[in-house]
Amino acid sequence: MSKEDRRLLILEREMKARMYQKSVLLEILHLAHELYGYFDKDLLNYISERLNLPPSHVYGVASFYHLFRLKKPGEHVVSACMGTACYVSGVEEIISAIEREFNVKRGGSTADGKLSLFITRCIGACAMAPNVTIDNEVIGKANKEVVLKRIKDIIGG
Amino acid sequence: MKPEDILRIAREETEKQGFYKYRINICCSSGCLPFGALNLLKAFENAVKKFGVESECKVARAGCPGTCSVGPVVLLEPGGYIYQNVTPEKAREIVKSHIVAGIPVKEYLYANEAFFKKQLRLVLRNAGKINPMRIEDYIAAGGYQALIKCLTKMTPKEVIDEITASGLRGRGGAGFPTGQKWNFVAREKNTPKYVVANLDEGDPGVFANRTLAEADPHSIIEGMIISAYAVGAEQGYIYVRAEYPLAVNTLREALRQAKAMNLIGENILESGFNFNIELRLGAGAFIAGEETGILASIEGRRATPRPRPPYPATSGLWGKPTLINNVETLANVPPIILNGGDWFAKIGTPKCTGTKCFSLTGKVNNPGLIEVPMGITLREVIFEIGGGILRGRKFKAVLVGGPSGGCLPESMLGLPIDYESLTKAGAIMGSGGIVVIDDTACMVDTAWFFTDFCVDESCGKCVPCRVGLLKIRNILERIMKGEGKMDDIDLLEELGVYVRDASLCGLGQTAPNPTLTTLRYFRDEYVAHISEKRCPAGKCFKEQASLEVKE
Repeated sequence: MSKEDRRLLILEREMKARMYQKSVLLEILHLAHELYGYFDKDLLNYISERLNLPPSHVYGVASFYHLFRLKKPGEHVVSACMGTACYVSGVEEIISAIEREFNVKRGGSTADGKLSLFITRCIGACAMAPNVTIDNEVIGKANKEVVLKRIKDIIGG
Repeated sequence: MKPEDILRIAREETEKQGFYKYRINICCSSGCLPFGALNLLKAFENAVKKFGVESECKVARAGCPGTCSVGPVVLLEPGGYIYQNVTPEKAREIVKSHIVAGIPVKEYLYANEAFFKKQLRLVLRNAGKINPMRIEDYIAAGGYQALIKCLTKMTPKEVIDEITASGLRGRGGAGFPTGQKWNFVAREKNTPKYVVANLDEGDPGVFANRTLAEADPHSIIEGMIISAYAVGAEQGYIYVRAEYPLAVNTLREALRQAKAMNLIGENILESGFNFNIELRLGAGAFIAGEETGILASIEGRRATPRPRPPYPATSGLWGKPTLINNVETLANVPPIILNGGDWFAKIGTPKCTGTKCFSLTGKVNNPGLIEVPMGITLREVIFEIGGGILRGRKFKAVLVGGPSGGCLPESMLGLPIDYESLTKAGAIMGSGGIVVIDDTACMVDTAWFFTDFCVDESCGKCVPCRVGLLKIRNILERIMKGEGKMDDIDLLEELGVYVRDASLCGLGQTAPNPTLTTLRYFRDEYVAHISEKRCPAGKCFKEQASLEVKE
């Protein structure tokens, strides 16, 4: 069985366990996002069909919440925290530096799909501001030299 | 399980912990975790074994003691020694010197006594001291005894009366009297009723609720069970941000353990009272913290608020009476039940009783999580607890209450922290964010940042918030680019008041605050931008290029 099918199976099992209730849409979206990393049209349509909800409703909810991605992210993901503490500690400078260095815009990916740059609103590590997360590694009290070097190490290697 | 069984567990656990002369608590909260806390836990366990002091020294994972800027931190009891920036090497040294030889390693200690001196820890009573993953730790610290007292000795009405007597007010921001809210739900005849614990801490720069959930999840759960008993609800939801994975896992584990001990579920402690709690994950929407927004989100819809009345107390989840409390409010409940409402009412000020947790961040020397009695002044918080401004720079403003709070200048530092004083000054208590800004920050840019956040987070349902905020942001951008006109100042003020007065929910009603307060207290900076094309902080015009990228 392909990996794809297994993921659908897990999703289906969860929906069944929750008796296909319409009110569990958000929980199902969470699970689907965890499994796939983002939502494409087919996935959203599938969920809408199974939960018997209009596609517009499912898309509306999926696009409303910031956590969900509607585009496939790059191989590596850099998330810069734009919380208040990080902003006043100069995260903007780091973000601009990443944009220039890797030719990527915030919210987008590089042309080769290797790197995505996202902005998150507060990861809650404010006392260590500014924070930049590279894949799953948090760099606290970050500055642009350290961050640029770390990104180069990761996408280079 | 019967109440006596819980009391027996408390006795046994206390006895067990008494065997150890020392206890090393390693902070494994989100603040310390990314910086190697789990390795540290292993390092301490190994060191204790290596030096053969396993039988007298307990090594445990714990929540956050509050000193988040110097992580990873370790709290060593007895004596409350806090070690900062601990590494595995330092861990061995600490065990060798402090535990084996009895001499604290002075140079690794957190030396800012002032950080704790003015704090009063009620909500955070166990934070950093107990293992959040073990319900026995919480029970040994006196946990669930308030619940036992309610179930065995108090009627629901007596519980509500005690909360009313305490003067406790909602810690989510608005400050509505908690006892009164409980009463509204309790007197509803419509059933079933629901209770919701709000842990959708969406404010950037605020991490008090998260830390509480990670450090002492049972204090929230116990408060919630008591609230359900008081209002007659059988089902509860804890709504947590999905961006807080550790808080989610800690709560999930805590709920599992509470269920195993029959503290939630059917016939709780053989009292005949049934109550279940489910977790619901948010997905990154600031507006989901609004009380009708949170209800929509739990029902699996977009978190758009709706007009009130009807209030959730009458028509909440699926149209049924629903009690919504912030988790910090709930964590206050057990000590109030145990010590009495009168005891609580003596803390803080007469109109604002108790304490408040604040995330103190920005340009201060000692950022972190603090809990202070209501009525303390901003000056005490920033200059005594916070240790003053980073790198000896000059204080410029303090933003109180998150992105829709207000920016207050130096002249307002004597302001006591309570709901009314803050609102009068143009700020709000909000969820308890204090961000300190020094003289390198431009106030127009600061106003832009918060407005931009609110534009992003506006749900788009009502026009004043959706369109008005966008216009405010555009005007601020114009001013920052040097294209502002003098009329813009009046226009901003006018628009701000419209958005504040005409918006549907709390987000729109408070979103103009940063703009309005910076106009009120830092008008000269706006004037300098417009008439002299000059940014007093030297920030705006040189960054024009990067602003264009933003658009």
